[in-house]
Amino acid sequence: MDKYTLSSSPHVRSAETTGRIMLDVIIALLPATVLGVVFFGWNALWVVLVSTAAAVATEALLQKLMKKKITITDGSAAVTGLLLALNLPPSVPLYIPIVGSVFAIAIVKQCFGGIGSNFLNPALAARAFLMLSWTPAMTSWTMPADAVSTVTPLAAIKEAGAGAPSPYLDMFLGTVGGCIGETSALALLIGGIYLVARRVIDPSIPLIYIATVGLFTWVAGPDGLFTGDGLYHMLAGGLMLGAIYMATDYTTSPMTVKGRIIFALGCGVVTSVIRLWGGYPEGVSYSILLMNLFVPLIDRAIKPRMFGSVALKEAGK
Amino acid sequence: MNKKKTRPLAILKNGLLDENPTFRLLLGMCPTLAITTAAINGIGMGLAATFVLVGSNVFVSLLRNFIPPKVRIPAFVVIIAAFVTIVQLVLKAYVPALDKALGLFIPLIVVNCIIIARSEAFAYKNSVGASFLDGIGIGIGFTIALVLVASIREILGNGTIFGASLFGENFAPALGMVMPAGGFITLGLLIGLINKVVSVRQKKKGAH
Repeated sequence: MDKYTLSSSPHVRSAETTGRIMLDVIIALLPATVLGVVFFGWNALWVVLVSTAAAVATEALLQKLMKKKITITDGSAAVTGLLLALNLPPSVPLYIPIVGSVFAIAIVKQCFGGIGSNFLNPALAARAFLMLSWTPAMTSWTMPADAVSTVTPLAAIKEAGAGAPSPYLDMFLGTVGGCIGETSALALLIGGIYLVARRVIDPSIPLIYIATVGLFTWVAGPDGLFTGDGLYHMLAGGLMLGAIYMATDYTTSPMTVKGRIIFALGCGVVTSVIRLWGGYPEGVSYSILLMNLFVPLIDRAIKPRMFGSVALKEAGK
Repeated sequence: MNKKKTRPLAILKNGLLDENPTFRLLLGMCPTLAITTAAINGIGMGLAATFVLVGSNVFVSLLRNFIPPKVRIPAFVVIIAAFVTIVQLVLKAYVPALDKALGLFIPLIVVNCIIIARSEAFAYKNSVGASFLDGIGIGIGFTIALVLVASIREILGNGTIFGASLFGENFAPALGMVMPAGGFITLGLLIGLINKVVSVRQKKKGAH
């Protein structure tokens, strides 16, 4: 009899673990991180290292204090720290990534129950808090390599007289002003394709999100309908970073495919509205945070059909 | 009501921790979140509410045999409003700066749930002396809570305490802490912490 062990489901396990998924995300983010450091210099590297170390240390310390199992080896805290760093301007003073990582892990993640229980994307919530608290440091940009202050491609088209719009090729490669990891669409896309190939993320969210922004900004152009520059908006700002790596966060995106489509459409519309008519030049982080809050509602409204329910109906006829 | 709470000292202490209006009863959240951007506001609001609370508790207790149960809530509000008017006029006359900082939240003490709750739950059923002590205990508990929340927010969000600079010129304060988001975060963390303290204390008591 002792051959049989009783346990609750799931009984079939795959080789896929949280640690492996997080490792894939880190691998996918490497091209953008390396390019960010190459373009923006050593301070960018320090921001990345400090932010990641602070996130991991906060998680370990809190779990020890709360007498929980320490789970820093699964890499989720490291991913949060890395994502936060990639969302910061390259010239920020180093207390900003530290405060940001502590906020992301302590307030947004552990206070709500740790991995899988956070109601917002921790890195984005931390970015929003940093934005509120240290607005000047969070919105001053230095040009790649030569450390001259500059504007982001989005600020260039939003604020009159701020600067000339950037060429498409510069935005695609990443040699424009912006956060450490957001400028190179090419590096982010390479990472995204890797994640889709490894089946870590479902491509529907990034594709629909980016397409919605492109379409919306093209239709609602500055000189009437269909005069906008959708391609510019798709390449500029944090859209690629947000759509591929943050909007696809398992915990804060809907569970069903239909739900994800609604979620991605919402993100795209809110981002475009903020970019075109809002007070800020960029709206990716706020749009994802806003849609994160709608995820429980979306999941409640869109339920997959119960297994066997069709047969029941037919049997009733 | 349990026997222990009828002792004067126990009534007074009750409002400080076990039934702290902000951290344990979660009453009066609105002024707590709105005015705790500076420690001095916390003291002003706390003392104003304490004065109203003591006055209304005493008068509700005095009149408890005359107020018919059906109209007791309007009667409470009339009594409370009288004391709020006194506070408002005194503040306007002697500390106009504080009056300006607290703004609308002084007249809103009339509908502050802490004060109505104490009238309903305590003063309407207890003697004048006990109601007086309850007013002081709850009022001080509210004041301490406000000053605690406000000090944390002022230190982190402005780098000052009671207006005095703490860290010098190079400190870049986290502005977010004096914005509404900082209020919710600070209050939430403190409520969690104090609930933990109270539950540990109660466990210890139970073990004895």
